[in-house]
Amino acid sequence: MGALQSSPGQHEYGDLAEKTGFSFRQIGVLHTRFKQLSHNEETLQRDHFNEIPDLACNPIRAQIVGAFFDRRNFRENGEGTVQEIGFEEFLVVMSHFRPPSLHMTQEQRESVRREKLRFLFNMHDTDNDGTITLEEYRHLVEELLSLSETLEKNTAKSIADAAMLEVASISMGHMEPDEFYEGITFEHFLKLLNGFEIESRMNIRFLRMDTTTLCK
Amino acid sequence: MRNFKMPVEFVRDAVAGNNETLRNDSHHQTNSTAHKKAFPVLSFNYDHVRKPFEISLWILLALLMKLGFHIIPTVSNVVPESCLLIFVGLLVGGFIKAIGEEAPILDSKLFFLYLLPPIILDAGYFLPIRAFTENMGTILVFAVVGTLWNAFFIGGTMYGVCQIRGAELASVDLLSCLLFGSIISAVDPVAVLAVFEEIHINELLHILVFGESLLNDAVTVVLYHLFEEFSHAGTVTVVDALLGVVCFFVVSLGGILVGAIYGLLGAFTSRFTSHTRVIEPLFVFLYSYMAYLSAEVFHLSGIMSLIACGVMMRPYVEANISHKSYTTVKYFLKMWSSVSETLIFIFLGVSTVAGPHAWNWTFVISTVILCLVSRVLGVLGLTYIINKFRIVKLTPKDQFIVAYGGLRGAIAFSLGFLLTNSKMKYMFLTAIITVIFFTVYVQGMTIRPLVELLAVKRKKENKGSINEEIHTQFLDHLLTGIECICGHYGHHHWKDKLNRFNKTYVKKWLIAGERSTEPQLISFYNKMEMKQAMMLVESGNAAKLPTIVSSVSMQNIQPRGPARRRAIPSISKSREEEIRKILRGNLQKTRQRLRSYSRHDLFIDPFEDNVSEVRFRRQRVEMERRMSHYLTVPANRQETTPVRKVCFEPEHQVYTYDDSESPRGPTVQPNPIPPDAVSLLSESPQRPNQSGAQRAKVPDEQEEQDQLKLSRCLSDPGPNKEEEGDGSFRS
Repeated sequence: MGALQSSPGQHEYGDLAEKTGFSFRQIGVLHTRFKQLSHNEETLQRDHFNEIPDLACNPIRAQIVGAFFDRRNFRENGEGTVQEIGFEEFLVVMSHFRPPSLHMTQEQRESVRREKLRFLFNMHDTDNDGTITLEEYRHLVEELLSLSETLEKNTAKSIADAAMLEVASISMGHMEPDEFYEGITFEHFLKLLNGFEIESRMNIRFLRMDTTTLCK
Repeated sequence: MRNFKMPVEFVRDAVAGNNETLRNDSHHQTNSTAHKKAFPVLSFNYDHVRKPFEISLWILLALLMKLGFHIIPTVSNVVPESCLLIFVGLLVGGFIKAIGEEAPILDSKLFFLYLLPPIILDAGYFLPIRAFTENMGTILVFAVVGTLWNAFFIGGTMYGVCQIRGAELASVDLLSCLLFGSIISAVDPVAVLAVFEEIHINELLHILVFGESLLNDAVTVVLYHLFEEFSHAGTVTVVDALLGVVCFFVVSLGGILVGAIYGLLGAFTSRFTSHTRVIEPLFVFLYSYMAYLSAEVFHLSGIMSLIACGVMMRPYVEANISHKSYTTVKYFLKMWSSVSETLIFIFLGVSTVAGPHAWNWTFVISTVILCLVSRVLGVLGLTYIINKFRIVKLTPKDQFIVAYGGLRGAIAFSLGFLLTNSKMKYMFLTAIITVIFFTVYVQGMTIRPLVELLAVKRKKENKGSINEEIHTQFLDHLLTGIECICGHYGHHHWKDKLNRFNKTYVKKWLIAGERSTEPQLISFYNKMEMKQAMMLVESGNAAKLPTIVSSVSMQNIQPRGPARRRAIPSISKSREEEIRKILRGNLQKTRQRLRSYSRHDLFIDPFEDNVSEVRFRRQRVEMERRMSHYLTVPANRQETTPVRKVCFEPEHQVYTYDDSESPRGPTVQPNPIPPDAVSLLSESPQRPNQSGAQRAKVPDEQEEQDQLKLSRCLSDPGPNKEEEGDGSFRS
């Protein structure tokens, strides 16, 4: 869709478009943004992200920035983190937030769901062991509440404990008192957020982006 | 004897205060004992209580009908309540007419000033904000453009129909037709609520139809006044049309502004009510009602004003008022709206029988058909356009439900009733009533089987999950962050900015005390824990809990430290197991039905039967004593996290302390525990052979050091310390 622009590296957009599902126009806009963020360099580093002023007041900015440098999100089945990313990786991470297209089969919809939930899971599972442990969950809740000045350490812990208990109850059902619930695996995570309708909520409207209104 | 006449005279004299007569009487009295007044033991004076008596009688009748319907289950499953109520109204109206009395009609003043506001306030106060704002664009398009389309299409086509010779409708001119179209075009919130409440469709469709029915009030008001003015004038110019458009904006935005101002006033007032908790609910009701009335003074949209007031007021008021007041507000709103709705439908039935009708086959039939056709066309056309802008597209199934849910109701009737031109008024009224009957009966009754037939997605039950709340917030922040990175000032960006503005400025002004800085997650969490505590109180006999009981407990998720000192069990394993099972059964729930969508039942009361009154009352008294502090003083929620422990029955001895651990050594003194101590383990109070009641009263400081701050359950003793705590509910 969209008119073809006469921008220089357009032939390479074809690959990217196929890989990520963006349209040429969207890729063009994102490329402009990428160059803006990286000060016309080829790669982005973490510092570049920290320069965005609006991002500074976001309570989970560390995790968001981390997600860009997490190889698990590059769809190459890689692991670990990198120090800098190129435009392709930037685009791939962004593609997780594309809205689902109208005509999708149930299977496609399911795979989109899994993909988006996998992205969220990776954001929570910082040590990359495949489970979200209680510590990681507590950390998550603390970050969410970090904007509030009067935060009690124990409140965050209780909330995280309650949430963990709920997950365990939903996933495991019956547990002996000696058993220990290791953490939330990806399957449990899927089950937990079953009714969450993530495929319609985790989206950015890339359609209406206009280069002139880009915020700093 | 003059005994028979005396009482009458006495009454008359008393009323008139006629000195002379009295003097005469007393004179008579002193003169002869034969004329002694008989004191009227029983007298009959109906007139001076007539009005309130009749009103109460009507309301009582309405409620008894409602009661009756729910007792007979088979009927209420097939037929929606509104149909039954209209039918009863018909019967009552027929009865009244038969005995020759004048039947009360659904007076417009009564309707608009007394019957409608409670329903709208109830709807607006409990409006699901998130769903509403996410679909705001769609709702507005349906409400404004859809209603306009309906009005003009119906009005114009009716005019064409009226021109057909032989229909005797030549006297109906274009403006009257347009006026009629504007009355009949609006989807009615009362009818929609009444029908949709019972079918439990998914939230999206519910909010679309319902939101549309609320927001189209502005359009209806403007069109109605516009055409009514012009039908007197006779002609419409372009300037008038432009003024009409301006008027629309004034009416809607003005209404919202008035509502918002009253809402903020109400929120501000609630900040200071901490010392007079009893009147808190009244502030909510009165400010909202004033908002409605003030908007009506200026012919602004009263409904939108009421909605704006409720929406604006709610987050701040709920943070300020006590829990009891909150419950009161909720109950009263639901009670009033329920009564109003019942009365409206009954009166609709009565008015049908009572009012003079002018039946005209062509007019009525064509009205009904045109309403359906224009609704379907409107929805289809608008959805086609809207779907280009929506992320979650509306499927044809959704469109069908939206179109089918376009019910007309009492608002149309009342507006028709307000018409002054009596020549066509009765014909219009007849047509309106027919359409109402058609939509309520035919569409109302068939929508439930259709919903099942088409397998429309139903409302999902599981609300109030702390995980979902955490992830909702997380997702909000994530999407805002991504939008920042993209450089795109989108939906989330502005929402985030609004939230931050709200937090830094508005909340400080409107919320009392420390609650003003409480993050949303914490208030959500507190609310949930509170609700669970209440549920536990209500369900003394927890075996009746109809929920999935999971045996997962806190212990299962706590990471195991190396040097954990477990308490030494001093009872048998089987006993331990039993106790654990009891505890889990009583204390853990994974599914909570916190907010039932139906307006008419609030608490799923698991406390059905088999529990003795006495024990329940005892437990309740104890619980209330403990909880009263928490319930009336919500402002101290920040200090400590909720700690809830279960109080054990004195007969149970679960564990004893390890010597080095317990602050008071191994001998736990037998406290003089009354045999009716509060117990949330009501299963086994009768175990006489458990001797040696040992109970340690744990001091409160100890609880604070405990790691198990949260206890959705206090299943087993924690890893470090041992508590057989007494139940102390602290927030």
